[in-house]
Amino acid sequence: MKKKPNTPGKPSGPSFSLWKRCLQYKELLLFLLPAVVLVLVFNYFPMYGIIMAFQDFVPSKGILGSSFVGLAQFERFFRLPTFGSLIGNTVKISLLSLVVNFPLPIFLALLLNQIQKEKVRKAAQTLTYMPHFISVVVAVGMLNVLLSPSGGIYGGICKAFGIKGVNIFGKLGAFQWLYVFSDAWQHTGWNSIIYLAALSSVDPSLYEAATVDGANRLDKLFHIDIPTLVPTMVILLILNTGNILNVGFEKIFLMQNPSNAAVSEVISTYVYKIGLKSAQYSFSAAVGLFNTVINFIVLLFVNQVSKKVADTSLW
Amino acid sequence: MKKRVHRPTQKRLSDILIDILVYTVIFLAVVVAAYPVYFVCIASISNPMAVSRGEILLWPKEINFMGYEKVFEDARVWIGYRNTLFYTFSGTLLSLLFTIPAAYALSRKETPFRQPLMFFFTFTMFFSGGLIPTYFLMQNLHLVNTIWVMIVPFSVSVYNLIVTRTFFQTSIPEELFEAARIDGCSYTRFLFQIVLPLSKAIIAVIGLYYAVGYWNEYMRALIYVQNKDLVPLQLVLRSILVENQAVEASSLGSESRRLLADLLKYALIVVSTLPMIILYPLLQKYFEKGVMIGSIKG
Repeated sequence: MKKKPNTPGKPSGPSFSLWKRCLQYKELLLFLLPAVVLVLVFNYFPMYGIIMAFQDFVPSKGILGSSFVGLAQFERFFRLPTFGSLIGNTVKISLLSLVVNFPLPIFLALLLNQIQKEKVRKAAQTLTYMPHFISVVVAVGMLNVLLSPSGGIYGGICKAFGIKGVNIFGKLGAFQWLYVFSDAWQHTGWNSIIYLAALSSVDPSLYEAATVDGANRLDKLFHIDIPTLVPTMVILLILNTGNILNVGFEKIFLMQNPSNAAVSEVISTYVYKIGLKSAQYSFSAAVGLFNTVINFIVLLFVNQVSKKVADTSLW
Repeated sequence: MKKRVHRPTQKRLSDILIDILVYTVIFLAVVVAAYPVYFVCIASISNPMAVSRGEILLWPKEINFMGYEKVFEDARVWIGYRNTLFYTFSGTLLSLLFTIPAAYALSRKETPFRQPLMFFFTFTMFFSGGLIPTYFLMQNLHLVNTIWVMIVPFSVSVYNLIVTRTFFQTSIPEELFEAARIDGCSYTRFLFQIVLPLSKAIIAVIGLYYAVGYWNEYMRALIYVQNKDLVPLQLVLRSILVENQAVEASSLGSESRRLLADLLKYALIVVSTLPMIILYPLLQKYFEKGVMIGSIKG
């Protein structure tokens, strides 16, 4: 970048030249203005509202008028009889999701990459990522009708074989698996695209050289394909673990019913219920803040570890 | 001599085995992914009795459109559809209008405060005020129960912003900019006349991301919109598909009412998902590009 000489006689210095730069590039700053204002108002301003987690917040008095109670709301949360099961359910569903839904897209990408016929591969890819566009509401609705014992695919198969189907949604143990596998159904194809993109960036001469050296397809898979994917895998793993307490509110909320409440109540659905349904604002804000902070700490920790171990990190 | 003839055939045999394995697994994956969608489609035009007997597997039976008739008789579906179309169109337009110029500015090295601004945006991906403070903000701004809450507050997605910025950084040649600058071209003109025509792929991709987001959005409506005239399709779907508020009490017996409710659900799933399924093959060729750019860090 070219430096502009200061006009003699005028005050100079960092603040002055910064002001001049802003004027010079005011068009670019104007481009940014709407986005900055929106994020400031709707993402940053609510962070000021976090204060209410340390208060006994009364809406009519506002944040400035409500009294402070220190960490009382957090203590109340930790003493809650359901505290253990809330954390347990959240972590369990999260980890199960990670264990199932992290490797699946990698397998799919490696397999798709083995298909040499371009058209077949494209068609398979297109069909596997189609369910990604189905909304959560429709996905849960589909689960309900397709897996009902009296109709749909499951009921039909049961009747065809003369078995009496069970009500899967009434089974406590089935909830997490329904959650995890319906996610796998919806997103495995889509999530594999990123790995396929990484695989397509491999220099073809590398495969040729390997062939000349007598490598077979499995050798190439283990010594070229998989190492290529490692950086992408690490980044996605960090991002996923950073969300360990953020199991999707939307889907769980839709899948909840009185018979599975014992395993389906997670932090985010609890925050919604106590906050917006029973109007315990400060308590709900405190539980929400606890969730956010734990996530943030896990993310920082995993990021640091992977920086040391795998030399890959988010920042 | 014998060995030299033998080895290639053996190699091919192992290749064939791997191919068989690969194709089998991929075939199964495709069936698992696509069959439920296909089943919903054929069940929506079949006789519900046949569906419940498990006779519908590959082809529809006794084709009829009763489910669709029932869906279109329901006023809630029409209202929801109208609202969602409005939210999706206006929301996507607004999002593109705010995201593209901001992404362009972030892609230029000379933009003042570029690094702090990047941090300003990315930080919100990992930390937020949470549900309750955000709810009070919406209330204080009088956005609750208005159409605005569905389109304005979260019209800029930081993820899409960064993807677009990376695209501009990597695919708009700097020489073009320098040449235009010498001719006295302003940033605004450069953006509209040179950058945008070169960026159809990324506009298609993030436009689709935004549109799918608005179309499928339900949580925001659940929290902020109670007015029956403003609810989007997804909330209507929730009450019919998930809460089973399907068919009004009629003279039918409980068994046939349940069958009719199921038929209506199949038809409703098709009707509500159709626009996204139509949109997606049209823009499909851009997806991979979009995801690939998203994966580049920097």
